[in-house]
Amino acid sequence: MGTDSMPAPQGIETGLDRTQELSRPGTYLELVHSWIVTVDHKRLGILYICYALVFLLVAGVEALMIRIQLFYPHNDFVSPYTFNRLFTMHGTTMVFLVGMPILFGFGNYLVPLMIGARDMAFPRLNAFSFWISAFAGLLLYYSFIGGVGLYGTGSAPDVAWFAYAPLTERPFSPGHSTDYWAIAILANGIGSIGTAINIIATVFCMRCKGMTLSRIPLLPWLYATVSFLVLVAVSPLTAAQAMLLIDRYLGGHFFDTQMGGSAILWAHFFWIFGHPEVYVLVLPAFAFANEIIPVFSRKAIFGYPAMVAASVGIGFISLGVWAHHMFTIGMTSFGNAFFTLSTMLVSIPTGIKTFNWLATLWGGKIRFQTPMLFSIAFLFQWVIAGLTGIMLSVSAWNWQLHNSYFVVAHFHYVLVGAIVFMIFAAIYYWYPKMTGRMLDERLGKLHFWLMVIGFHMTFDVMHFPGLLGMPRQIFTYEPDRGWTLLNQIVSVGGFIQGIAVLVLVYNLVHSYFRGVLAGPDPWDAWTLEWATTSPPPAYNFVVDPVVASRRPLWDLKHPEDPDSAFE
Amino acid sequence: MATVPLQHATQEGEWRLPSRGMVAMAGLITAESSIFLIFVVAYLYYLGRDVQGPTPREVLEIPYFGTVCLLSSSGFIMLAERAIEHGKIAAFRLWWGVTILLAAIFLGDTGLEWRKLIVHDHLTIHTNLFGTCFYSLVGLHASHVIVGMLMMLVTMVFALTGHLRAEHSYRVKVLALYWHFVDAVWVVVFTVVYVVGR
Repeated sequence: MGTDSMPAPQGIETGLDRTQELSRPGTYLELVHSWIVTVDHKRLGILYICYALVFLLVAGVEALMIRIQLFYPHNDFVSPYTFNRLFTMHGTTMVFLVGMPILFGFGNYLVPLMIGARDMAFPRLNAFSFWISAFAGLLLYYSFIGGVGLYGTGSAPDVAWFAYAPLTERPFSPGHSTDYWAIAILANGIGSIGTAINIIATVFCMRCKGMTLSRIPLLPWLYATVSFLVLVAVSPLTAAQAMLLIDRYLGGHFFDTQMGGSAILWAHFFWIFGHPEVYVLVLPAFAFANEIIPVFSRKAIFGYPAMVAASVGIGFISLGVWAHHMFTIGMTSFGNAFFTLSTMLVSIPTGIKTFNWLATLWGGKIRFQTPMLFSIAFLFQWVIAGLTGIMLSVSAWNWQLHNSYFVVAHFHYVLVGAIVFMIFAAIYYWYPKMTGRMLDERLGKLHFWLMVIGFHMTFDVMHFPGLLGMPRQIFTYEPDRGWTLLNQIVSVGGFIQGIAVLVLVYNLVHSYFRGVLAGPDPWDAWTLEWATTSPPPAYNFVVDPVVASRRPLWDLKHPEDPDSAFE
Repeated sequence: MATVPLQHATQEGEWRLPSRGMVAMAGLITAESSIFLIFVVAYLYYLGRDVQGPTPREVLEIPYFGTVCLLSSSGFIMLAERAIEHGKIAAFRLWWGVTILLAAIFLGDTGLEWRKLIVHDHLTIHTNLFGTCFYSLVGLHASHVIVGMLMMLVTMVFALTGHLRAEHSYRVKVLALYWHFVDAVWVVVFTVVYVVGR
């Protein structure tokens, strides 16, 4: 890596502002203060990512406690009440405090750099969004000590991440645990909407000269799509949480079945958010793949317009599929048919994307470095996750497997196999830009292989107890069901993944101090974030960049054969 | 390295981008629209599913006066926008003031309506599903009117103290866009609550 990076152009030394490094070193307190009051998109991006990584460890520990409890039948490692809290907090944390923040973190960091802007469109709104999300995370976890229940036993929420009504109403959820859940998600939603507005305004209004819509790199394009989805899909959740709080605090009856309220309406409102949320999480993963796969294949992305169209298409179609989470609730046959077909429709744009990635790899000079390894694994795992998704979209099949471990295995295949793998790839790919140092490649490969082995042990095997009828969210099971060995393999795989994540954490800390210096462009990449120093100065670019193609750095490095000649 | 502008970059004409204020406000309106949509869906879904009265037909009266005031305020705010664009601060103050006044009248009208419903008809948010949905939806809209009014009042303070000039007309326009949205939502809420729901 880095051997064939381009020569530093003249003028970069004189152009760089070195006042910061030449000025006197600040005290520790000043450093902390500067991070707390920062409105710099790069610092906020790093704050988002660190915040998410902390909660990744927390929610990972919760997952491992679930797996210990299920290691053998009639285990009593945790009580049934604690078990309910564990899976509720695991799900809520992973979606709202890990997935969204880490993706917003990368978006914050990369979108302005990739479009050649100085900062986000609204830097202070950006800081507000981060801190309100951080507050939401603290609020949710404060419930462990603050959410005292009816007998002083209640603590964290225990209503599962979809919190079906009327379980969340006062009579069934006394105490404050559910309030913490609702208010935390409401606050988090406000932060998400703020960030989404910011990203949309940034992508469309802050582009550097020459960056027309058809030259925006795919990552900002996909983040704009995601942000649109956040606006139309997270807002319903915010509205539903407001309704829930009206019920709980003002004595309303939205989901009060005694007074004619409907539990099904909550399910609809939740999944109108819940399904697009999957795409909110997976489209950034696609965005990372769109950037990483071409660079490590040494080819331009195949079918750029089709990739943009497919991403926007996924965004739109995903708004019309939510009730495939609700086939067993009992819908009309028209409803079943509609949501089966609309769900299957998603596989067309996702198929376009998958084939375009394969076509990008085809004939490329592939470099198998850690980011690429994770991306290749992502491709395989994403296809398998998509296939079980198509199986589950068939309502008749879904009736058999609803709320079984097959479903759990399916969505973890998406969330871990696709999204987490691409997040890891993104960490390896952009860590040099963020810190100026490379992550250790040997530790990276160790991390990758542990992760692949652990992932497949856990989530391949997890399909089978589901097919054998094991329901999700159960505290324990009978020994004669034939689920024991399968559950044990799943648990062991979970611990291997846990070790893999610890290797990553060690690598992140170790390389921050000892890593090889990266230089501005260690991967010989083509998008604008590699055109500035690593880490970039606060103002990103000394001179506003001007681009003439989708790969401005390619043009710069190969003036004899520029992309712009073919556009 | 982006310090070196590319040789091939031949920019014809001016580099124009959409204004971030308008795009952001459009984004906020999109998000708010989905929030309203959820409350409207709940309202329509729960129509006639109450286990006890009062029903909308028994207690609701159509708020013609407030509606006329609120909807006409959209016209006056447009006059204000035009005035500030041409630097006519006095005219701006007048039309802006009229807009705020009309919004206040609308809120007062809603307040009287709620007073009648609560004191006379004994309909609270706790009474039945209709009460829950009605106060939530109309209250959500009213809270948007209040937010819009507060922002307009702040602008009015700037206008009266002479801090608002023609070059700020763009910001006024962003705020006016929000106000048009608040008015447009009332058309939907009015139709759902007082026409369809009654």
